[in-house]
Amino acid sequence: MILVFTIVQAAVAAAAAVVCVVLGLANRKPSDLTLGALVLVELLLLAQLVIALVAPAVGNPSRGSVVEFYVYLITALVIPPLGVVWALIERTRWSNVVLGIAGFAVGVMVVRMYQIWALQVA
Amino acid sequence: MPVTEQPHASTQSARRRGTGVGRVLVAVYAILALAALGRSIFQIIDRFDEAPVAFLLSLLAGVVYVVATVAIAARWRRLAWVTISAELLGVLVVGTITVLAPHLLGLHANDPFGRTATVWSTYGAGYLGIPLVLPILGLLWLARSRVAKG
Repeated sequence: MILVFTIVQAAVAAAAAVVCVVLGLANRKPSDLTLGALVLVELLLLAQLVIALVAPAVGNPSRGSVVEFYVYLITALVIPPLGVVWALIERTRWSNVVLGIAGFAVGVMVVRMYQIWALQVA
Repeated sequence: MPVTEQPHASTQSARRRGTGVGRVLVAVYAILALAALGRSIFQIIDRFDEAPVAFLLSLLAGVVYVVATVAIAARWRRLAWVTISAELLGVLVVGTITVLAPHLLGLHANDPFGRTATVWSTYGAGYLGIPLVLPILGLLWLARSRVAKG
């Protein structure tokens, strides 16, 4: 993993979470903005997957358990699509809050992934 | 779910508000279920010998979260009461044991972020305390939505 990219990714996920929860509580239904925020979170996760696959070959291997790392990454990859599908089916303001929760969960998981990759002593 | 407005039906709007909060509960429970199940299954496969009792309890917690998620989503109120109460009991009992006597669960030390940590360690501290707060919110929601219904 790359620290700077990971920080950007966690910040985007956190910002997406705040925007979605605030708009949901402000009585807005899911929009291009809130759905797009989660799509962006998902795209960054896919980029992270590519980075994780390439990094060991260029001298940046995981210090912690590789299996544990990928359990987190693959689980995280599933969360935003589920949230978006939920929001498309149920177009109420609460779906924005659900999108926000999904973004928050991904943000926490990214931080945890970095702990495993860079800080954990296997 | 239809979102047509019915301005003068206040009980209707109370019920709908209950439905909305219920939706959010379902989402949070689903993620917690994923977290507890994913982690405990990984720990059981990777390092079962290190703390078998703790990991099996964690797996049980994950299963209870899954059932609770389904019960809230499907509005099976009795099952929701049972599973959410079980969670509150679980996080209080296991949380207390991990703080006061971690060796009872085969843990050498109490570290809510360590490699043998589970979803209920130190009252869910490794999960931002959500495992402790969530069942309380869940029980409140169940109690309130019953009032709104009647």
